[in-house]
Amino acid sequence: MNPLAAMNFRAVWAIYRMEMARAFRTVLQSIVSPVVSTSLYFVVFGSAIGSRITEIDGISYGAFIVPGLIMLSLLTQSISNASFAIYFPKFVGSIYELLSAPVSYLEIVIAYVGGAATKSIILGLIILATASMFVPLTIQHPFWMVAFLVLTAVTFSLFGFIIGIWAKSFEQLQLVPLLIITPLTFLGGSFYSINMLPEVWRTVTLFNPVVYLISGFRWSFYGKSDVSVGVSLGMTVVFLLICIAIVGWIFRTGYRLRN
Amino acid sequence: MPSILSISGVSKTYATGFTALKEVNLDIQRGEIFALLGPNGAGKTTLISIVCGIVNRSSGTVTVDGHDINKEYRAARGLIGLVPQELTIDAFESVWATVNYSRGLFGKPANHAFVEKVLRDLSLWDKKDAKAITLSGGMKRRLMIAKALSHQPRILFLDEPTAGVDVELRQDMWEMVRKLREDGVTIILTTHYIEEAEAMADRVGVITRGEIILVEDKAELMRKLGRKRLVLELRSPLTAIPEALSRYALELSPDGGQLTYTYDNQAERPGVASLIRDLEAGGIQFRDIDTQNSSLEEIFVNLVRKDA
Repeated sequence: MNPLAAMNFRAVWAIYRMEMARAFRTVLQSIVSPVVSTSLYFVVFGSAIGSRITEIDGISYGAFIVPGLIMLSLLTQSISNASFAIYFPKFVGSIYELLSAPVSYLEIVIAYVGGAATKSIILGLIILATASMFVPLTIQHPFWMVAFLVLTAVTFSLFGFIIGIWAKSFEQLQLVPLLIITPLTFLGGSFYSINMLPEVWRTVTLFNPVVYLISGFRWSFYGKSDVSVGVSLGMTVVFLLICIAIVGWIFRTGYRLRN
Repeated sequence: MPSILSISGVSKTYATGFTALKEVNLDIQRGEIFALLGPNGAGKTTLISIVCGIVNRSSGTVTVDGHDINKEYRAARGLIGLVPQELTIDAFESVWATVNYSRGLFGKPANHAFVEKVLRDLSLWDKKDAKAITLSGGMKRRLMIAKALSHQPRILFLDEPTAGVDVELRQDMWEMVRKLREDGVTIILTTHYIEEAEAMADRVGVITRGEIILVEDKAELMRKLGRKRLVLELRSPLTAIPEALSRYALELSPDGGQLTYTYDNQAERPGVASLIRDLEAGGIQFRDIDTQNSSLEEIFVNLVRKDA
């Protein structure tokens, strides 16, 4: 039988719609709060530091940090949306319904990750629109800009989904985004070019996967990047494949779901 | 008639090493109300969770209307509705949204007329726009039932459906269960309230320490394992049971005014006639006589004790 014909699209839609409804119900938390905090970053970093550093790679400092700011929100929100979406039913126990429904693992992932990625993409676009009110922006490669946006949102939503299944408490849920993702993003060239670092630190920084995301994303705006775009894209896809493999393993074994 | 649910050799050992189920075999007939009785921790919820796909089993097979719950999980799960023991609902969803969500999750097209009927039948229509968090415990329980019925299942699992529910609502639920059975839905319920099983079940299964120790037609079970009591109200109180009556299993009430004789109603010679003769011979007169059947609860307690 055609596997597509067998898919429970209604279930995918039901979960997706439920997730989107939750975002609109908590619009302050989901949309307004990240926009406000990003605007604050923008004002503080853009104005305070921007008055000292006028240009990086020929781009005004204010405009230079925009892709990094979007990525910062995209990464943290993708993880937090997806991890919360699957952790909350586990926490309140309503996960029983999902597990007892005629829904495949693939459908569950598509619905939850799709919902989380959609929310963070919308957020990224809102931040982009907000930033355009502060600085003039150019997007030289709009296709690649959207591609990086979608790829990153999907990859980190998958990563968040894994965290949501792994976490046994709200503390664990916050652990990875707070202690790993935020530092990596700050140290990944959001607010500076890694070429400004001493050689040793530059080499160390290249082990930070977020560098490749930000660099590729910034390239799609200004045509300038710290590392080559192909490498950026390749690293993002590699991380995506790792996440897919882990999710596949989780579902094959029922890890922390069916045991 | 082929069974609608067939559980064969199902065992479950958790990662902690605890064995919750040992080689369980059970067949549920189409259209019956089956009550699964067992003390806390006997394995009732684990068994239901395995059938519904919530917990992986360690071994054995389960088929639902001929569909293997792993190989044909879509067909199998689509036939089942589950009302779990705990009130586990997304508290911030409205009644209407959450019931429609459940229907969608089971792959059914939207049918607002049907969802409205379910909500009306469960007296939840007035609350359709209310968030689950604002509902009373009884209403939440009904909402869980509405969610389970939203995709028109052919088998309904009710795991302790009336726990913490007031008497009136309990009666309403029993009525609802009977109506569902009339519509051909097979009902499997676990309960602590044995009166519930006694009032509703066609068949009864007893599970203890992960093993099904008995499956029996309820009426047959009560006939076979039930004991009868003959209660005699005496004209004059006795201080002790006379020696001449010592061969009978008699109990004297503390005030000495009542004699109770417990006997096996399946026995060839239950001893009632001879007891009456011996009482007359001993000059013990009674002014009233009453017989009582033991309840399912007593049968259950005896069975579980015997097994322990």
